[in-house]
Amino acid sequence: MPDFEFFLQQLSNGLTRGSIYALIALGYTMVYGVMKLINFAHGELFALGAYLGYTLLVVFGLGGSLGPPLAIGLSIIMVVGLVSLAGYLLERVAYRPLRSSDRLAAVVSALGASIFLQNAIMLQWGAQYRAFGADLLPNVVFHIGGFNLPLVRVLVFVAAVAVMAALHVFVHRTRLGLAIRAAAIDQGAAKLMGVDVQKVIILVFIIGPALGGLAGLLVGVYYGQINFNMGQLYGLKAFTAAIVGGIGNITGAMVGGLLLGLLEALGEGYISVIWKDAITFLVLILILVFRPTGLLKERVAEKL
Amino acid sequence: MALLSLQKVTKTFGGLVAVSDVSCEVSSDSVVGLIGPNGAGKTTVFNLITGSIRLTEGDIFFDGKSLKGLRPSRIVSLGIARTFQSIRLFQGLSVLDNVLSGCHCRMRSGLFSSLLHLPGQRREEKAVLERAMIELEFVGLAHLFRSAAGSLPYGDQRKLEIARALATDPRFLILDEPAGGMNEQETMTLREIMKAIRKRNITVMLIEHDMSFVMHVCDHLLVMENGQLIAQGAPQEIQKNPKVIEAYLGLEDDDE
Amino acid sequence: MSFASASRRKSFGSALTVAAVFVFACLPFLLGHLAGSSAPYWLDVLNTVGLYAILALSLNIILGHAGLFHMGHAAFFAVGAYVSAILNLTFDWPIMATIPAAALAAGLLAGLVAWPVVHLSGDYLLIVTIGIVEIVRIALTNDIFGLTGGPNGLVGISRPEIMGFRLTRPQHFFYLIWGLVAVSVLLFDWLERSRFGRALKYIREDVVAAESMGVNTNKYKILAFVIGAAWAGLAGTVYASRMRTISPESFNFTESVFLFIIVILGGRGNQKGVLLGSFLVMGLPEIFRGFENKRLLVFGAALVIMMIFRPGGLLPARSPGYKLPEPYRSRYKRLPDLSSGGVFNGAGSRANGPNASASEGFASGQAAAPSSGSGESSDSSKVISVDVGQDLVK
Repeated sequence: MPDFEFFLQQLSNGLTRGSIYALIALGYTMVYGVMKLINFAHGELFALGAYLGYTLLVVFGLGGSLGPPLAIGLSIIMVVGLVSLAGYLLERVAYRPLRSSDRLAAVVSALGASIFLQNAIMLQWGAQYRAFGADLLPNVVFHIGGFNLPLVRVLVFVAAVAVMAALHVFVHRTRLGLAIRAAAIDQGAAKLMGVDVQKVIILVFIIGPALGGLAGLLVGVYYGQINFNMGQLYGLKAFTAAIVGGIGNITGAMVGGLLLGLLEALGEGYISVIWKDAITFLVLILILVFRPTGLLKERVAEKL
Repeated sequence: MALLSLQKVTKTFGGLVAVSDVSCEVSSDSVVGLIGPNGAGKTTVFNLITGSIRLTEGDIFFDGKSLKGLRPSRIVSLGIARTFQSIRLFQGLSVLDNVLSGCHCRMRSGLFSSLLHLPGQRREEKAVLERAMIELEFVGLAHLFRSAAGSLPYGDQRKLEIARALATDPRFLILDEPAGGMNEQETMTLREIMKAIRKRNITVMLIEHDMSFVMHVCDHLLVMENGQLIAQGAPQEIQKNPKVIEAYLGLEDDDE
Repeated sequence: MSFASASRRKSFGSALTVAAVFVFACLPFLLGHLAGSSAPYWLDVLNTVGLYAILALSLNIILGHAGLFHMGHAAFFAVGAYVSAILNLTFDWPIMATIPAAALAAGLLAGLVAWPVVHLSGDYLLIVTIGIVEIVRIALTNDIFGLTGGPNGLVGISRPEIMGFRLTRPQHFFYLIWGLVAVSVLLFDWLERSRFGRALKYIREDVVAAESMGVNTNKYKILAFVIGAAWAGLAGTVYASRMRTISPESFNFTESVFLFIIVILGGRGNQKGVLLGSFLVMGLPEIFRGFENKRLLVFGAALVIMMIFRPGGLLPARSPGYKLPEPYRSRYKRLPDLSSGGVFNGAGSRANGPNASASEGFASGQAAAPSSGSGESSDSSKVISVDVGQDLVK
């Protein structure tokens, strides 16, 4: 494939992948912003979304019986609903009791929840790959010059971007969004200004997981197959994206996600596939060492 | 014969000027009080001296040696020890362990001698335990050596912080609101401790809001307001200094 | 609590410990009688538990004492194993001779890796350590430098030879491994009670205060990683010679997770707790066989529950006792442990606010011991004077 088309190929690949990372990264960043805690279980909620989608579309056969638009639409609603519920329960059980404890306890609890969820998923659905079926969405491919753009890729990208735009409006133009932003800056001050911080916390634990669950469903539909490890892998990458953009910074998460997706696709295309995952870790470590505040700003290191 | 010398010390945080062009000297064997309204930059000056934050401009000299850019732990080994405004003890550790932390910089046992429990290390441990108990007796807390630091009443915690700082064998002791939250009795005891510290030839610099304490204990005062040093001198003079009076009382006239 | 019964209790406790250790040391022989043909299997389980115990004890230094969030310990284990294997297979070094090299390599890697990142706060350090272990595993899988044998790993590692005696059977490894466990416990106990150990604890409790008290926190954090890693490297050598085959999959992230769980659940900062944790996490699933699949599920939930109800772990860390030198030892011998703050201080004398009680009786420089004491100490007649000017004037 001629050079320019190859580049466009990787570009479109990267953007779509990046938009998914962005959706997941938003979950990390919103929770961190308000709670100052990394929700390690978030990756598993993303995986949960994928598996629930699998159950609905394939196991229950919705994909076949209802036809793509309706099936997917319905799945989105149900998956998002269920994963949001899971997010709420997670906060209630694993985080709220530890609100007043020291950091290590909260971090360990988050890890424990993450381990629990990952294995629950594995026990429920098995360790082998699960296929979503290639005929879920019309197999249309646009041919622009020598460059192939599958419809699915466009749809996923558009869906992700639309959701992110909606989130942006929500956070910056509504009162609830303002409450979230206030609590993220200073919980104590927000409380004094009349913000119901408890409600805000519940809210971010619904929105964040909802986005993650949606991303999971999209991944299943886009790639056609999922496995129980995906939570860990995507989770770490999305987390990297959130850090790159500045953890706690919502716009940063979106930018970070897209950037990471592009970096990965270009690296894969131009360097090597084997080291693809290592690249992400390296980026993460480099950023944390040299620019921990991320590209857009947030403190992560102890200042003496 | 200035032990500590601040020269044009300035610290800004982003756009905020916390300390502005402060120059002064502290002679050895004195007790200096750093006073001023809240937000004047006093704790920032302390943090600059101890190396917890970096100087934006200017320099600080201790016994002729520049402290600029040195790590806090290095500055401690040079002979400057501190206590904190909000108590920063090792809450979960015992009283004895807390004081032993002060001895750390005066010890030499490293990883291997500790791992293998070598005789030299054993001797050093014994000496250090003795030193720690001496300091604890000095402030009257020795009988509590086994207790968890976090379980001590507030006044005792402040004393423990002092014992811990003294264990570093300092020449210069920085106390940030040592009488903070103390009642009459405790403050009197603190005054006795200050006298005893003086007898040990340790120079002291303290931040305090309790004016009677300051007047009794200090022989020299530095007054700060809004990041600047607005007056210095003997307590009696400072009491009458119009600028100082305005800084403390003139707030009603401010249009801020 | 009378003095006599306390010391009697202590010596009974020590006697019990000695007896238990003796019985444990005879296990290889006892098992032959108790378990018959499945004895080798159970010995193997004990050997696995022991190996994890060594690893967990080394992780305890980093995670338990220093409080550094570290979930990449398997990487150091891997480096030790691989270095030993390579030296043994390619250069014909006897296994035991590779131990220093393995420890050194692991320690060096830890130092290199820790140096740029130790200043990071908890959660971020955790992520970085996870990243490191993954990078190491990927490097091993991709046959870095052509030495690591790729995904299939290395095969045919020799058995250890100690003074002409070749260790081949589980019984032999039992003594090697558990001997190492004993050595680890001893050395690390000494370490805990030393300047180095204390420095780590200060860092864990309050890193800013530690630095302000003269502890070079970055240096000690790095050293904690180095010593923990070096010891894990040593364990790697033992593992390599026991299994005779190693591959990258044996050193994956899940292994790091197990070690992390062992330390946290067992009791971080408490070696007995860590030993207990090793038995629970690695041993229990063997006893309850159906448990195997659900192991991580249960442990994940256990972590959450433990943090809510008992964050210090099953056997939380305790301050090591010090043997005070005379005259202090006798001067303060009989005083009760007043960690509750004492009866005298009234209800809940915590440090949350000014408290009137402590200084009563503190008139004019004379501190009476009962000020923070209780009725009990009124008979100890220890009046400690603040007036010690003469001893301390330099």
